[in-house]
Amino acid sequence: MLGTGILKGLAVTAKNFVGSYHDPARMVTQEYPDVQPQLPAAYRNFPFLVTENATDPMGTLRCVACQICEKECPPQCIYIEKSKDKKPDAAGKPQLYPAIFAIDTSVCMSCQICVEVCPFDAIKMDQVFEVAATDRFTGLLLNREQLAKPNSYFHEIHPTDADEVDTRLAAERKAAEEKAKAAAAAKAAVVAKPAPAPSATAPKPPPPTA
Amino acid sequence: MIIAAIDSYLEVAPLAWRDAVVQWCPEPTQWMVHQLITIVVILAVFGTLFAFTTIAERKLLGRLQNRLGPNRSGLPWWQKGPKLWGLTQPFADAVKTLTKEDIVPAAADKLLHFLAPTLIVAFSLLGFAVLPFGRHMVPVGLDAALLYFFAAGSATELAIFMAGWASRNKYSLLAAMRALAQVISYELPLILSVVPIVLIAGTLSLQDIVHAQGFWTFGFLPHWFVFTPWGFAGFILFLISALAESNRSPFDLPEAESELIAGHLTEYSGFKYALFFMSEYFGLTALSGLGVTLFLGGWQAPCAFLQFIPSWLWFMGKVIGMLLLFIWIRGTLLRLRIDQLTRLAWQFMVPLTLINLGNAAFWALTAGWTGPLQLVRWGVSFAIIVIPFVLMGRRLSAGRRPRTYRYAAS
Repeated sequence: MLGTGILKGLAVTAKNFVGSYHDPARMVTQEYPDVQPQLPAAYRNFPFLVTENATDPMGTLRCVACQICEKECPPQCIYIEKSKDKKPDAAGKPQLYPAIFAIDTSVCMSCQICVEVCPFDAIKMDQVFEVAATDRFTGLLLNREQLAKPNSYFHEIHPTDADEVDTRLAAERKAAEEKAKAAAAAKAAVVAKPAPAPSATAPKPPPPTA
Repeated sequence: MIIAAIDSYLEVAPLAWRDAVVQWCPEPTQWMVHQLITIVVILAVFGTLFAFTTIAERKLLGRLQNRLGPNRSGLPWWQKGPKLWGLTQPFADAVKTLTKEDIVPAAADKLLHFLAPTLIVAFSLLGFAVLPFGRHMVPVGLDAALLYFFAAGSATELAIFMAGWASRNKYSLLAAMRALAQVISYELPLILSVVPIVLIAGTLSLQDIVHAQGFWTFGFLPHWFVFTPWGFAGFILFLISALAESNRSPFDLPEAESELIAGHLTEYSGFKYALFFMSEYFGLTALSGLGVTLFLGGWQAPCAFLQFIPSWLWFMGKVIGMLLLFIWIRGTLLRLRIDQLTRLAWQFMVPLTLINLGNAAFWALTAGWTGPLQLVRWGVSFAIIVIPFVLMGRRLSAGRRPRTYRYAAS
C-alpha cells in the first residue's frame, strides 16, 4: 500500500535515534582532538630517518648518504649533501653521513620507494598526520634534525617490521664481525708465513691473540 | 484549593503581567503599549524557539543518521569551560551570519533585493497574530482568523518571487518560478484539507474551533478532530501540504542544497540569507501552530485531569512536538523530483482532500446517529477515505516497484 515505505523509513531512523544513545556499534564517530584515532598498522605517511640512539640522534644516524633514495624518489623531494669526513657507524666502521638531509613534505607523496631502496634500513615510513604548518616554504621542508627519530619510535609504530630489521641487522653485524676476524686471522697468517724471508727489514707483527 | 488557585493564576499570569505594565503607562499610550508588549513577546518567544529549533534539528538529524551532531560550541572566552552539549551553537551562528559580508549584485534591483528578505519575515510572522496560544491568549481575536491566516501566509510567495526577480540572475529567477509553482500547487490541498474543520465546527474563528474540541469521553478520550476518520486523513494531508508550503524536506527542491546552489537565494548572503532561513522556520512554526489548533485540540489538555497545567504550555508542547515530527521526517525521506512533486499535488492530494470534504459532510449529516448507528457512522466514514486512498495509491504506483540494484553488493 502507498505510504508503507515511508512508515518503514521512519521506523529505521527512529531505531537509529534510540540506538545511537546506547549501542556503540551504531555510533562510530570518534571525537578526534579529544580521542586519538586508532591507526591501522599498515598506515604510512612521510618518511623519517632512523637513529640508533635517542640521546645522540645526529651522531647515530643509520644513513650513510649513499643518495639512492634521492635518485629514486619519483617526485624528487629528497635533497642530500654528503659529509666531507667520516664517522664510525653502529658496527664501528667509518662511514660518510648526510651533512644535509631534507625532505619537502609538500612534495612527498608517501610512496615508500625510498624505504624500499634503502640498503641500510635508515629511512622508514612514519605515521604522523598532524603536519599543518603556517609557512609552506619553511614549515613543510623538514631537515635532518626534524626527520631523525630513534629506533624505539620505529618499534612503537611498526613493531613487527622493527623486530625483523633489528634481528637482520644484528645478524649482519655479527657476520661482518666474524668475517673481519677471519680476515684478520688470515691476514695475520699470511703475514706470519713469509716473515722469515725478509727477516731484518720489517718489524714482526704481533701474533694473533684471539 | 491551593492548586486550583495556582493553576488559575498561571493560566492568566502572562496577561496579568502585561496588564500591570499597561496600567503603569499613561492613558493615551495604553492601547499601543498593550499591542507592543504582545508583539515583543511573540517575537521573543518564537525567535528563541527558532534559534533552538535549528540546533535541535542539527542534533536530531545527526542522531537519526547515527552521528553526534554539533556538540562543541561552549562559552566564549572560556575555551576550557563546559561544552553545554553545543547548546550555544545558535548564538555562534547568529554572530557568524551578522558579521558576514552582505553582497548585493551590481545589476540587482537594490530596493527589491533589500525588501524581499524583510517582507518575507514580516509576512511569515503575521500568522502568529491570530493563533490561540491559550485559553485567554489570542493576540487578535478575529472572527475570520483562518481566512486571515492563509491570506497572510500566501503573501510570502510574493516575497519569494521578489527575491528571484531582484537578483537579476537567471538561475535565481527560474528557481523562484519553480518555488512559486510548488507553493501555489500545495496551497490548494492545504486549504482544502482545512475546509472540513470549518464545515464541522461551523466557524472560521480559531478560538471557537479549539472550543469545539474541548470535550472528553469518560474524562480521558479527547474529542480532537484528529481522532475521527476524516480528521485523521485531513491531518495527514495537512502535514504533507504544510511540509511542501514551508519548503521542507522531502519537498525542499526550491533550494535543494545538494543539487542547486541555493535556488532563489543564490544572490543572498549574510544576514539577508539568515532572514529567509528565519522566515522558513517561522512559517513552519506558524503552520504547526495552525495544525495543532485545528486538529490536535489547540491548547486543550489531552485528559480532563491534566487541565491543571496551563493551557499555553500545552499549546507550546504540541507545537514543539510537531516541529520534532517535521525534523524526523526530514531525517528520513528523500527529496522529490519536480514532476513527482506536482503529480503528487494534483493527482493525489487534491482529489483526496475533496473526497475528505465529502466525508466530513457525511459526518456532519450523521451527527444525530446514536447507539449501534455510531459504529456504522465510523465504518462508513473510514471506508469513504481509505478505499479511494488505496485505489489511488495503486493507480499512482502502477508499474513502479522498488528499484532493484543488479550490480550493487546486497
